[in-house]
Amino acid sequence: MQQLIEFTNKGLCCPQGKFYIDPWQPVDKALITHAHSDHAKACNKYYLSHSLTKPLLQARLGDNNYQTVEWNEPLYINGVKVSFHPAGHIIGSSQIRLEYNDEVWVVSGDYKTENDGISGAFESVQCNVFITESTFGLPIYKWKPQAALYNSVLEWIQKNKEKNFSSVLIAYSLGKAQRLLTAIAPLQETVLLHGAVWNMHQALVSAGIALPPVERVTPETPKERLKNSIVIAPPSAESSPWMKKFEPYEVGVCSGWMQVRGNMRRRNADAGFALSDHADWDGLLTAVKETGAEKVFVTHGFQSAFSRYLNEQGIESAEVKTEYGTEDEEGQIENETI
Amino acid sequence: MIEFAELVQVLGTSTKTNDKLEALSQYFLSASDKDKVWVIALFSGRRPRRIASGSLLAQWCCEISNLPFWLFEESYHTVGDLAEAIALLLPQNNETNLLPHSLSYYLEQITALEKADEATRKKFIVDCWMQMNTEERFVFNKLLTGGFRIGVSQKSMVNALARTVNTDPSIIAHRISGNWHASTTDFIELITEHSLNIDFSKPYPFYLAYALDDEPQTLGEPHEWQAEWKWDGIRGQIIKRNDELFVWSRGEELITEKFPEYQILQTCLPNGTVLDGEILSFKASPTGGGLEGAVLSFALLQTRIGRKNVSRKQLQEAPVAFFAYDILELNGEDIRNKTLQERRIELEKIVEQVKNNSLQLSPVIDFDSWEALAKIRERSRDINAEGIMLKRKSSTYQVGRKVGDWWKWKIDPLTIDAVMVYAQKGSGRRSNLYTDYTFAVKNGDELVTFAKAYSGLTDKEFAQVDAFVKRNSIEKFGPVRTVKPELVFEIAFEGIASSNRHKSGVALRFPRIHRWRKDKIVDEINTLDDLKKMLEMYGK
Repeated sequence: MQQLIEFTNKGLCCPQGKFYIDPWQPVDKALITHAHSDHAKACNKYYLSHSLTKPLLQARLGDNNYQTVEWNEPLYINGVKVSFHPAGHIIGSSQIRLEYNDEVWVVSGDYKTENDGISGAFESVQCNVFITESTFGLPIYKWKPQAALYNSVLEWIQKNKEKNFSSVLIAYSLGKAQRLLTAIAPLQETVLLHGAVWNMHQALVSAGIALPPVERVTPETPKERLKNSIVIAPPSAESSPWMKKFEPYEVGVCSGWMQVRGNMRRRNADAGFALSDHADWDGLLTAVKETGAEKVFVTHGFQSAFSRYLNEQGIESAEVKTEYGTEDEEGQIENETI
Repeated sequence: MIEFAELVQVLGTSTKTNDKLEALSQYFLSASDKDKVWVIALFSGRRPRRIASGSLLAQWCCEISNLPFWLFEESYHTVGDLAEAIALLLPQNNETNLLPHSLSYYLEQITALEKADEATRKKFIVDCWMQMNTEERFVFNKLLTGGFRIGVSQKSMVNALARTVNTDPSIIAHRISGNWHASTTDFIELITEHSLNIDFSKPYPFYLAYALDDEPQTLGEPHEWQAEWKWDGIRGQIIKRNDELFVWSRGEELITEKFPEYQILQTCLPNGTVLDGEILSFKASPTGGGLEGAVLSFALLQTRIGRKNVSRKQLQEAPVAFFAYDILELNGEDIRNKTLQERRIELEKIVEQVKNNSLQLSPVIDFDSWEALAKIRERSRDINAEGIMLKRKSSTYQVGRKVGDWWKWKIDPLTIDAVMVYAQKGSGRRSNLYTDYTFAVKNGDELVTFAKAYSGLTDKEFAQVDAFVKRNSIEKFGPVRTVKPELVFEIAFEGIASSNRHKSGVALRFPRIHRWRKDKIVDEINTLDDLKKMLEMYGK
């Protein structure tokens, strides 16, 4: 029997609706969960996403046939009832719910269960089949509360200031960077942005999203301005000569991978903050259980372990091979220009 | 414990030596004397005895966290560190449960429980876990699991300590060496002159050489240098004081009992003598004669290491001698500040006076030009040497690894082209990356594994191989991945010996990846016959 969603070499395909969700090869009709580059690829003929995702897709992929929808506003595509629901991963990120012949499937895309205050609070959607990510699907990944993590970032910046060092925070341009701006806001200081972060920032601001004031680093930025500053830069800048401008400086990497000391040492970071836009182990388990799904497909991450654990807990589960997750593992694929 | 956990955090993650020194100094300035003694002990390789095996700790952690054991193992292989994996997997503690015990409190408890039964030890450990935060649990587990490599060298610790007590680092290095236990040692006694008067076994810190990467011509005039063979044995110090004999390894381990051959020196050596040299497997030929065939391979010496009692058979098959190349103390007087030339004269006198096969003089190599020495160096493998040592004749005996006066000029390694067949995740900074590989050579249509190697690639290359492994492996669980035999590497090694423990019949010494042969395909790798030919040529 044909499933509501088939796993094909182009991506997750809904044959009945004649569309794909987050395809990694060009298709006629693509429903996009969020604007990260491993989920939203170029060259599709039609894009359907949440309205807040559209400006990000425009900034990243240029002009295309973009259609938008709001959360919890069902529409029908070839008889399949489709609705978007907040996923809490980054601004605009959505889970996509499909309903056909009384069967409900939910594709989570990437998600986190803690409300970060800017991405929209993750909504638990009842379904028969749930497709979940597993980026941090091992029990070693348990995040500290956001407030505690923000505090350690602030303390670290203060410490650097005391010795007249700049604080360079390494974070993904889309998602983490904006969260950090909110985290740093209490210091009431204009943060400097790397060009790639700036591009995303502009796209969000022009779409009407309120973010703290920032300043772009350009070759013309006066030297005094760079000293003793707070900077947000993407992972690709981390070991580039661009960083030299800020000397003396300390580097703080913000990523869930920083949970493990070995990763931090490998990154050669002065500090690591396990601040993630993905659900941790407990978050994944809660999300899965709350959907009430009788079958769970596990995509990118520790899919073998997470899926086996779910099976042992009595939740039928299987792994699915996708091409997601490359952004986290191999660094930024974004087009970075300074 | 929180202060110590914070110190370990800085030492483990800081990328700047100065920051580490600063953190250590701060710790030494603020910690209690008891805690300080323990920190000195821990960072100089003196650990409490283990009171629980890794697998027991893992089991208890699974019980408390309600996790299946396979998931514990997956987590552990991803973290790459048992202590850290357990710290991360245990359920989080409430702030209110945390207890502010000191480092020495925990270490004294651990020491006291050495002879307790398992239930008592389990209760202690579980109770401790339940009163600690994640960072404390990590260092506590490190204390329990023995290995305490956390990104700081003994040298850095010594430098920081020296700075806080305002004494020269080389003096501190000497005072904290030797045979003492943290639970019975007083801080002030340890770091003052007092320590030398009560411990007769105390060795001197070893002077270590740097590898010579340039041509020896860069060192200047040949006649200013003394050349010796670079032996492939165990660096050691022999001490005779107060009518007692002590043998120390470079790892500051007292190994007197392991080498009964040296007992005779207790009578023959004069009191107040300290010799630096190499423990080598050695069979003097009855006719006297050269070193060829007399110095045996490291593989033979290895059969003597790690055994508590040496059997008569081992004594016969792998007898040892001490090849002395320096003298640090003469008639009870520290003579490390005399020149090498002067020390050599004294050394030769002593060896002559002892006149026993167990004590050999490491010979000085005669040469008048660097070119001539290069020729002699090519013969190193014939006498189981690794190359040549170059020591400045006017040099004093220094502390630790110092650039300038002592160089090791090693011969080029042996190499063989092989294909990677298994991969395992690494540990430490290679956590969650496939960086430990097993290699195979061809034998007809078969592939035969013969070596494991963990080093020699850049971080970028490791990342590429890691991606290959993740895409091309068969198993989903467990530490080892069988991968498609496709990637070819040149493996370098220092020596080869026959072995019945390995399928290939050979064991390599210090195998490592020399380079990634992206230009080669599996069909072009070396064969088992090639390895056997090498064994024939160099394996004796």
